[in-house]
Amino acid sequence: MESLSNKRKVIESKPLNFWERAYLPAILHGLAITMKHFLFKKDVTVRYPEQKREFSENFRGMHSLKRDEEGRERCTACGLCALSCPAEAITMISAERQPGEENLYREEKYAAVYEINMLRCIFCGLCEEACPKEAIYLDGDIIPADYLRKDFIYGKDKLVEAPLNQ
Amino acid sequence: MSIFYFIAFLSILFAVLVISAKNPVHSILYLVLTFFTFTIQYILLNAQFLAIVNFIVYMGAILVLFLYTLMLINLNKDSEPVKSNIIKIAAVLGGGSLLVVIVACLKQVGISQPVLLKDPGLGLVKNLGKVLFNEFLLPFEVSSLLLLSAMVGAVLLATKDPKTT
Amino acid sequence: MGTADILIKFALIVIIFLISLLIAMYSTYAERKVAAFFQDRVGPNRAGPFGILQPLADGAKMFLKEEIIPTHANGFLFIVGPSLAIMTACIGSAVIPWGQKLTIGTHVIDLQVTDINVGVLYIFGVVSLGVYGVMIGGWASNNKYSLLGAIRAASQNISYEIAMGLSIISLLMTTGTLSLREIAEQQHGWHWNIIYQPLGFLIFIVCAFAETNRTPFDLPECETELVGGYHTEYSSMKLGFYLFAEYINMFVSSAVMATLYFGGYNFPFMHSLGLSENWVTILGVIVLFAKIFFFIFFFMWVRWTIPRFRYDQLMDLGWKTLIPLAIANIVLTGLWMTFIK
Repeated sequence: MESLSNKRKVIESKPLNFWERAYLPAILHGLAITMKHFLFKKDVTVRYPEQKREFSENFRGMHSLKRDEEGRERCTACGLCALSCPAEAITMISAERQPGEENLYREEKYAAVYEINMLRCIFCGLCEEACPKEAIYLDGDIIPADYLRKDFIYGKDKLVEAPLNQ
Repeated sequence: MSIFYFIAFLSILFAVLVISAKNPVHSILYLVLTFFTFTIQYILLNAQFLAIVNFIVYMGAILVLFLYTLMLINLNKDSEPVKSNIIKIAAVLGGGSLLVVIVACLKQVGISQPVLLKDPGLGLVKNLGKVLFNEFLLPFEVSSLLLLSAMVGAVLLATKDPKTT
Repeated sequence: MGTADILIKFALIVIIFLISLLIAMYSTYAERKVAAFFQDRVGPNRAGPFGILQPLADGAKMFLKEEIIPTHANGFLFIVGPSLAIMTACIGSAVIPWGQKLTIGTHVIDLQVTDINVGVLYIFGVVSLGVYGVMIGGWASNNKYSLLGAIRAASQNISYEIAMGLSIISLLMTTGTLSLREIAEQQHGWHWNIIYQPLGFLIFIVCAFAETNRTPFDLPECETELVGGYHTEYSSMKLGFYLFAEYINMFVSSAVMATLYFGGYNFPFMHSLGLSENWVTILGVIVLFAKIFFFIFFFMWVRWTIPRFRYDQLMDLGWKTLIPLAIANIVLTGLWMTFIK
């Protein structure tokens, strides 16, 4: 058969000579290789809970709801994040800002309840893209494990960034 | 002496269990135990070499092979061949003649000199080897020839006949 | 034999038993640690400093797991299997000479449980009995994979026992005794048997790998083909017994190799150091254990280097290579003894 490319490599398979058939030199060679690893190579393990590997720049972890420069919540409960979410993990209840709450919420409408079900979330980052107020970012850590399903529904207590001057 | 009677009782008990066990694998395992009691008997007679060889060869090799084949053959009650009356009569005759021989032998048994006391080192490896290769050289070599021929026979049985395949 | 002597003997038996269990326990830990180092990892390091409590945690886990006896398994034999495996593994250490005689006051303590004059054959007998544990367990599980594993174990053990026996015969020709104590004493100082029997030792160590079911000959429990081999159906401490038996076997066969070929408790210049007899004995015991640990390490080293054999290759190696080599070794030893020595 004519070869289609010149990449074909002819492999010679010579019959093994005596020492190759005796296995022992090859076994000793293998033992030497493993011994080299045993003695000289450093381990590559990252001891996880104590040591953490740096996340890459575009890593998407736990969500956080941002505040603006004056410490007011940016979210205006428009619902675009919930709409864009392919896993339907986000639910929210909006409320109107009362007079005297201007230092808490930036817009006239805010999210009274904002919940993300972390078991549904696929960390795609679409909520981040959809948000017109730059209020939600997936810049957190890995979601920790838990025992109960209800504990994976994260409310505002876990999601909202800590206030500025505290 | 009481150890002897106890072990002898166990040997006979296990031997009876070998033939009465329903499951063939169980009966092989009882046979293993029977041979183990034989080993103990040899040790009581100070025949250490014989004991350990019995242990290795019979318990360790031959019965493992027995067990091996039995595990592969599915011996159930329904696969057991129906025995015809002629076979049963032949079996009774054969067993009966064996019994006659044993009884005849037992009639001539006298109480022998206890071997143990005369030469305690009789069963040790060195003495046994010297006896085997001096006094009993010819029978020893002849029996080794017998084993060799058995081995060749096994190989012959195992190789395929080129005509039939 | 007075009461004190009997008590000392009893203490010796208990100590040796405990030591073999302890070493088997820590072999599981060492195996994981050694494997980790060979593969540039860390290994167990959570339970206690450097993970040294790991065997205890494993043991506790084994005991607390649910005992499962399959419905169609043969209940009695299913339990007999692992018990037999661990029993045969434990009784092998009875004839190994751990050291010379210790003298405390008027008592002379022989650091060997019993010196029977067919010691080498006794070891053989125990090894050949070990296969029953695997076979009975595999058959009683009523599982095809277990049965296949058991059958593999049986044929492998019987095949390699022959080569092992033949390799030992040439050793016995040079030593002229079957007692392990005498064999150990003959190798005084530097006169280790490995110098006279290098080929025999090579055959012996290959067979030892096969007899203890260690990689590259661990086909009875080959998980890529047989799920778990003969212990597929086992769980809890019964599985633990099987695994434990393997490590005790490894320890005993390391001890046998050290005694037969590497001088046992002997070490060079042992009497020119100017130490008292007791100190030489104690040093000898330490040296013997160092040799044993080296062999256990070697078992692990090979395990993490060489992949598993195929079954026909295993049988080829046993019957077509090792047995003829062992017979050639016997002939060579005979020629050497008649013409040169």
